[in-house]
Amino acid sequence: MLKIKTPKTQRAKRAVEKRAPKLVESGKKTLILHGTKTSDVLNTVLTQIYHLKRDNAVKYTKKNENIRPFECGGETSLEFFSLKTDCSLFVFGSHSKKRPNNLVLGRMFDHHIYDLVEVGVDNFRPMESFEYDKKLTPRIGSKPFFAFIGDGFESVEELKHLKEVLLDLFRGEVVENLNLAGIDHVFVCTALSSSTVFFTHCALRLKRSGTAIPRMELVEVGPSMDLVVRRHQLPNDSLKKEAMKTTTGQPKKKIKNVSSDVLQGKIGKIYIPDQKVGGIALSNDVKGLKRERREARKTKVVGENEAKKRKTASK
Amino acid sequence: MDLGNLMAFDPTHHFESVPSSRQELTRACLEKGTELVQAIANAVFALPSTDDPDGPIVRLPPPTTALPREKHLPKPKPPTKWELFAKMKDMPLISSSGMYSSGLSIVLAGIKQHKKDKRVFDEQTGTWKRRHGYDRVNDDKDIPIIEAKLSDGNVIRTALIAEPGEDPFSKRKAEKKQRLAATALPITGTHGEAPKKASKEELQNVAGMAATATASGGKFDKKLPGEKPAKHAGKYRKFLPVVEGKGMSSQEQTAKILDQLMNKSSHGMLDAVTMFNVKKEKQRRKEKEHKTSSAASKLKPKKKSLKKSSKKKH
Repeated sequence: MLKIKTPKTQRAKRAVEKRAPKLVESGKKTLILHGTKTSDVLNTVLTQIYHLKRDNAVKYTKKNENIRPFECGGETSLEFFSLKTDCSLFVFGSHSKKRPNNLVLGRMFDHHIYDLVEVGVDNFRPMESFEYDKKLTPRIGSKPFFAFIGDGFESVEELKHLKEVLLDLFRGEVVENLNLAGIDHVFVCTALSSSTVFFTHCALRLKRSGTAIPRMELVEVGPSMDLVVRRHQLPNDSLKKEAMKTTTGQPKKKIKNVSSDVLQGKIGKIYIPDQKVGGIALSNDVKGLKRERREARKTKVVGENEAKKRKTASK
Repeated sequence: MDLGNLMAFDPTHHFESVPSSRQELTRACLEKGTELVQAIANAVFALPSTDDPDGPIVRLPPPTTALPREKHLPKPKPPTKWELFAKMKDMPLISSSGMYSSGLSIVLAGIKQHKKDKRVFDEQTGTWKRRHGYDRVNDDKDIPIIEAKLSDGNVIRTALIAEPGEDPFSKRKAEKKQRLAATALPITGTHGEAPKKASKEELQNVAGMAATATASGGKFDKKLPGEKPAKHAGKYRKFLPVVEGKGMSSQEQTAKILDQLMNKSSHGMLDAVTMFNVKKEKQRRKEKEHKTSSAASKLKPKKKSLKKSSKKKH
């Protein structure tokens, strides 16, 4: 039995709270690693993915030989790494004769494997091979657009799964407010057949058009590759149900104190809360009053003298 | 289309034949991609935007595609010891973090949140005063007048109505003192001593003390953890040795006794005379020792050379 360590310092407490489950989750972190044998192509693929996800990805450089995501016992290392780095997405690359240029994209729930998609990489073109105007380079951390083309993404289960995983991988943080000037890049995925997806990454150029909405122009920028879906593992139902639980299903709170009138429109009552009489400072114990008291006394004395003078005069 | 994720998805497009060359493929894909992106952009730009120095900011709707969570939903933490205590004492609820307090407030729901006000309205003077401390509510020195009423048979005695012939102010003072004395320091006086708590040392020595009562002196008693053995080893009286062996000789013993006597009588501050006398005696003794042999001196009877009166003959 492992001892549960409670944090003894504030710093440790804050670190633990950062990793604790939250109601509304921030972006998922990605773990990029590879197995015993990797090809050149695969290495570049992994580095390029890392560059795309710079802020929230962790890349391991060592070879890990005992990670076999699809096997029953081969995922303990992965889960351990996920726990240590607090990553819930991972990209695992490996190369073998049977499965050349293999990429396993996986997700974790509570640091246990949720689902996996195994993809092979074909026709890979790195970012450097594309010629484009340097000003268009998309910035790290900007929210990407997604375009999925092809009916295969709806009909074929594997492609559906892949779509979900790709979305999760490249989505970044879920934000409420978007700066329209910061629209930079788009991921285009086309289903070529029931097992291949053409994946590419383009920068967006906003051109002036007649209307307020600019015209979009795509310029190929990032890596492009063909993904061949090989195997995939879906989560079991109970786990899926657990993971999909959200708090949005709860009934929304009724807005109180709002009524509408035909004549006046929206009406609300203003309720003034009770005055906290006990909380008001007493006037006689404010230190600054000393000077005021002195001056008050002075004026009072002067006033008295005047009154006396007047009295004597009147007499 | 999923605006929250900025995703567009076209299910209708269908590649009849895969275009032969790569370039064709990319071109076609980009074309389709452009269409989709334009569609999303149209929708996004159509949303109401607020102006910011960086650029127009748009509020995106929440994403429609359901994606699984990273970790499970947070469970409400059980109330801590302090929180339970605060609930018991009816203290006001202070939430530390908005997220977790929702569960906690459900747990601690129903507690009354009332605080003892620091400022209380004093009926006596008709002003607002502190509850405790300087210039406080219901202070005795604020009472200017205590009426003295002629005692009727049916008058109900209250605190602020005095009997004629006695000083009500001093009476109040005395009562207060008595009241406070009961709760303040435990000066018991004639009531008897407050029970004295046995200290740790005493408890440890108890076994040793009780051991003296037993016939064997506590040698065979079972020892509990923490009990110290009896201090006294068993001997309680010291007899002088019959034959002079190791240790002090009889002369030294008598000298020691002498010194003690001298020190006792001098009362602390040794005056010069006594000091001088003592020093002289020590010198004489030393000389005598050097003169006589040690064996011979042992058998000689005690001779206190200081007592000159012994030489006197009546």
